[in-house]
Amino acid sequence: MPLIRRRLAATLLGFGLLLAAALVTGPLIGSTHISLARVFDGAIPFADNADAQIFFIARLPRVLAAALVGASLAAAGVVFQALLRNPLATPDTLGVSSGAALGAMLAITFHFNFAFAGIASIPLASFVGSIGALGIVYALASARRRGLSTIVLLLAGVTMTAFFQALILFTQYLADFADTFRTVRWLMGTLDVGSYAPILAALPIVLVAFAMLATLPRSLDLISLGTDAAAARGVNVLAAERLALASASLATGAAVSLAGPVGFIGLVVPHLVRLIVGSDHRLVLPASALFGAAFLIACDALARTIWSSGELPVGIVTALIGGPFFLWLLVRK
Amino acid sequence: MLKADGVSFAYRAGATLVVNDVSLVIAPGELVGILGPNGSGKTTLLKMLAGTLTPSAGTIQFDRRPLSSWRRRDLARRIALVPQETHAPFDFTVLDIVLMGRFPHLGTFALEGPDDLAIAKQALASTGAWAFEDRPFATLSGGEKQRVVIASALAQSPELLLLDEPTTSLDLGHQLDVQLLLAALNHDRGVTMVLSTHDLNLAAALCRHLILLRAGRVVAQGPTEDVLTPETVRALYGVDADVRRHPVAGHLTVTPLARMP
Repeated sequence: MPLIRRRLAATLLGFGLLLAAALVTGPLIGSTHISLARVFDGAIPFADNADAQIFFIARLPRVLAAALVGASLAAAGVVFQALLRNPLATPDTLGVSSGAALGAMLAITFHFNFAFAGIASIPLASFVGSIGALGIVYALASARRRGLSTIVLLLAGVTMTAFFQALILFTQYLADFADTFRTVRWLMGTLDVGSYAPILAALPIVLVAFAMLATLPRSLDLISLGTDAAAARGVNVLAAERLALASASLATGAAVSLAGPVGFIGLVVPHLVRLIVGSDHRLVLPASALFGAAFLIACDALARTIWSSGELPVGIVTALIGGPFFLWLLVRK
Repeated sequence: MLKADGVSFAYRAGATLVVNDVSLVIAPGELVGILGPNGSGKTTLLKMLAGTLTPSAGTIQFDRRPLSSWRRRDLARRIALVPQETHAPFDFTVLDIVLMGRFPHLGTFALEGPDDLAIAKQALASTGAWAFEDRPFATLSGGEKQRVVIASALAQSPELLLLDEPTTSLDLGHQLDVQLLLAALNHDRGVTMVLSTHDLNLAAALCRHLILLRAGRVVAQGPTEDVLTPETVRALYGVDADVRRHPVAGHLTVTPLARMP
């Protein structure tokens, strides 16, 4: 086996090229055909260049949102799986995205109007919901003893998810017909962000989360083998666990507040990536982020084109692809 | 090298003391066995000696400094722990697992270089695990796993190796393999070792000193020849046993005869 340096370089190059290809191809796909040459034709003023307008105004924001959301959810999936020592963990296992969904439901149903620094109240409420959910689960898991109990974390997360789902249903019951329709649509997950502003609002959070994640992969390798063994190898386990929880939750919260709960990315992408690069988190984490971004761009392109009479919510596409695909992964072993 | 003074531990304040007022000294080059029935506090004591659990009372010093004042990473360069069982939820290869032992020697963003790889390969060679370095860890047998985890601990380049029941769940052949491996590491590399075990004959064959624990308290400690007697076996396990020197192996052997009421 070659040294980790060479494997890391090959991984970054391969998955980086894949994402670059998706970023360029993604905006070209859609109901109206546009040409890349015409988009970047400097001779035509932007106001008269319909291709450039479609590329930059209608499609590129969606593609960038897909990249940001896909990267965040895939990376968060990797972290939760390592932290909980459970390959079936997802960004929602700890209730973070259910908390985000509840926040959005409340904002839609009760017509919250507290836009802050240019961020609309629905994504804001959604982000607050995700952080609130993490806070509750974390408090429960660290209440009984020194350090974090993985099993309590897992049980509390699953329970909180079910509880949040019940509250979501309750909120929908209270909502009127039009608001119920909006909440249901929001829960399907969509990348129709409309402009660059929501992306720019989520970007700093995701960047902070990724900067925190960058220090963690080796600690995650060791923690996945057991916390005592990791501590004996020199990992500051509690600090690493806290950092991992915080960063994965921030990334999930930002992603869900941007696009709604887009499922299966955090489960399918890490598993697919492990088939290619092995289990070393120094490879799995960056590869999953890059591949998650490319994968969601592709799913969104499919969502925009597969239905002749309009668009499918991307969350439906990822679920329809991800569900059977994951079952295939399970059976093939 | 390692010195514990009146160390106690309870998992919660006010709960039963799992380890109760234990004092011990581990000298460099020693090979010490910790014996005791199930639930006597062996694993907890080892974790405290490794610094992964903090005593509720008492102090532990390593190299004349309190264990609590050591940075985790600095300590891991000198003390390694082999847990009773290692379960890998992901498909790490054997070499992946052994290279993880280099963690305390590398900075946060540093990647293993040729030197680290050489150390890992040497650790694999000295535990006889080199033949399966590319195999997935999860597919190994219990004995193979144990050798890999010991190799991973050796890759830490420790002076002190703590092992929690290293031969439990191994068959006779693998038990002997691990026993000979530990004896060789202690003798050839001068690695100081403390191991807990239920296997009295292994302890008698391997360890020069024994610490006998019962309900968290030290019942006896000292040279194996002095400490391993029918009386102490009875006190520890409630078993009437015959303890005698084996004519061929040359060490003490323990044969249980009857359960004491």
